[in-house]
Amino acid sequence: MIEGILIGLDTALSLKNLMMVMIGCFSGTIIGMLPGLGPMTAIALMIPITYGFDPATGLILMAGVYYGAVFGGSTSSILINAPGVPGTVATSFDGYPMAQQGKAGKALAIAAYSSFAGGTISAIFLLIAAPSLSLVSLSFRSPDYFGLMILGLTAVAAFSSKGNFLKAMMMVVLGLMLASVGQDTLSDIPRFTFNNMNLSDGISFVLVVMATFAMSEALTIIFKANDPTRAAKQVSLSQLGSIKLDKVETKKMITTIPRSSVLGFIIGVLPGAGATIASFLAYGMERNFVNDEEKQKFGKGSVNGIAAPETANNAACSGSFVPLLTLGIPGSGTTAVMLGALLGFGIQPGPRLYQTNPEIFWSVIMSMYIGMVVLLILNLPLIPYIARVLATPRTFLIPLILFFSVTGVYLMSFNNFDIYMMIGIAVVATILRLYDFPMPPLILAFVLGGLMEENLRRSLLLSDGSWTFLWDRPLTFVIMLTIILIVGWQIYGSFFKNR
Amino acid sequence: MNISPSKLISLLFFIFSGFFLYTAHQIEVFAFDEGAAFNAKTFPIYLGYAGLVFSALFIILPETNPTNVDLKVLDYKKTVGLVILMILYGITILRAGYFLSTSIFLVLSYIVLGERKWIWIFLLSFPFVAIFMYLLHGLLNIYLRDPFLKFIGIMG
Repeated sequence: MIEGILIGLDTALSLKNLMMVMIGCFSGTIIGMLPGLGPMTAIALMIPITYGFDPATGLILMAGVYYGAVFGGSTSSILINAPGVPGTVATSFDGYPMAQQGKAGKALAIAAYSSFAGGTISAIFLLIAAPSLSLVSLSFRSPDYFGLMILGLTAVAAFSSKGNFLKAMMMVVLGLMLASVGQDTLSDIPRFTFNNMNLSDGISFVLVVMATFAMSEALTIIFKANDPTRAAKQVSLSQLGSIKLDKVETKKMITTIPRSSVLGFIIGVLPGAGATIASFLAYGMERNFVNDEEKQKFGKGSVNGIAAPETANNAACSGSFVPLLTLGIPGSGTTAVMLGALLGFGIQPGPRLYQTNPEIFWSVIMSMYIGMVVLLILNLPLIPYIARVLATPRTFLIPLILFFSVTGVYLMSFNNFDIYMMIGIAVVATILRLYDFPMPPLILAFVLGGLMEENLRRSLLLSDGSWTFLWDRPLTFVIMLTIILIVGWQIYGSFFKNR
Repeated sequence: MNISPSKLISLLFFIFSGFFLYTAHQIEVFAFDEGAAFNAKTFPIYLGYAGLVFSALFIILPETNPTNVDLKVLDYKKTVGLVILMILYGITILRAGYFLSTSIFLVLSYIVLGERKWIWIFLLSFPFVAIFMYLLHGLLNIYLRDPFLKFIGIMG
């Protein structure tokens, strides 16, 4: 492990990669700060640029963007009560009231220190957990992987559906359908191409991500006539107050951070849960842990109320890398985008990544820690200046997002057809978003589609066409049982429990 | 009879899944693969069935958490305007080149969305695209096809 850490440090501390961490954190903070634009959009917009780099550098840039976007999301939560990302909604419960008391700087500092601590502790957990799980996952077989992929898809659908599980499952199926367009990987037989040469290679991952996130988010803002920057115009973004914390506040954070880190990391590792669930659970847990006097302060600017969700959402970000790096199965929409980008580099994450590409495996882990330091040292003092981005008029913001989206796809293929298809998918995605059909399950399914089919193919061929492979191995059986429980519980909860 | 928009979307997805299933059955596999446990059309066929099942369940079962959207407040004009501009952008990007088509797309998009600060409109279009192109082409070495700039001799 020490050798791996040194390889990772060597790669992550190269001048180029350090620059990428800084650029990633900085641009992620700016994009994540803008309400409505989350880490997935931020990462999606970066993908075309990363193809100019080697895989390790590309992934380091994307990881930096991810952390930056989560940090940026908490800034808009605190300053204007408009969370940039769902994972920072819980931060606004106490962050915004504290900002209204004239202590915005303090609230931002608590968020930044907690994020740093949560990210650092969980990066250590990741350092320990990832190699161990990699070794364990070497014993996994195709049926286990197939089961894990279905588990990941159902879990993401369950957590992102807001009570509309069937809507999310339709999005899963749609994502898998889109992934099956193009030549079959084994036989090269064209499928759903309708004799169109442009479809023979399938639909590009970048195209789908750009269309369903960056472009459709921009169109949704216009369609709903939302102005995410309106609230920012009503507050002073340059006079945020002191960022210094006193002893009592520091003491409160010291007790909150360790427990929220552990909780956040565990939730992050679980497929589908991610930063949003982690932050809400940490907020709720913290409220139960503190004394009655402190409990009364929750919702009115409590230090613990900001520290807990901020620690947990950053810890969950690191945790979500565990299934991606060790199993090659992303547990969230954001890590699905990263998996898609890695596949674009020709790298298949999974248990063997640890052995075949140690520089990628370790440099990503190391760069996470460096990213945390960058966020704390660079972004926190710059917040009064960065926060002015919140006041960027949407009349400029939206066309620039559309421009980056079209450019991203154009750079991949220099083909008009891809641009038209992206616009078509974006329009459909905008309508679907309007009626709460979630997009993360679609992306996850699209990325996993090929791998899922391959593992199903192997499993069915090995079992001579029999579906008994789903319960032959104890591990597969347990996974399938969990899936049945999730699906059953979701359908029961959606349609019968509330009646 | 009133049908909620979500159910209508599900109905459309049901029809789409039916079409997907039909098309999946039409995939021509190799003769020796026809009776195999798994061939090129196996997975798509399962997907077609899954789409039918989930959409049918959504249509049949009662909707306990319906999504209400006030259609009157939606800004159709600007959204459709932007979509049309993007299509035109797609049409012109290969013919007129990246620089010209992107700059014009940005200028028109700002105007469609109601922006009238002309200095900012200019700065965030032609010079902005030029800097962006320099970053991509000059620094990151990412190839950008631009017949217009090639024609006037700026780009090789």
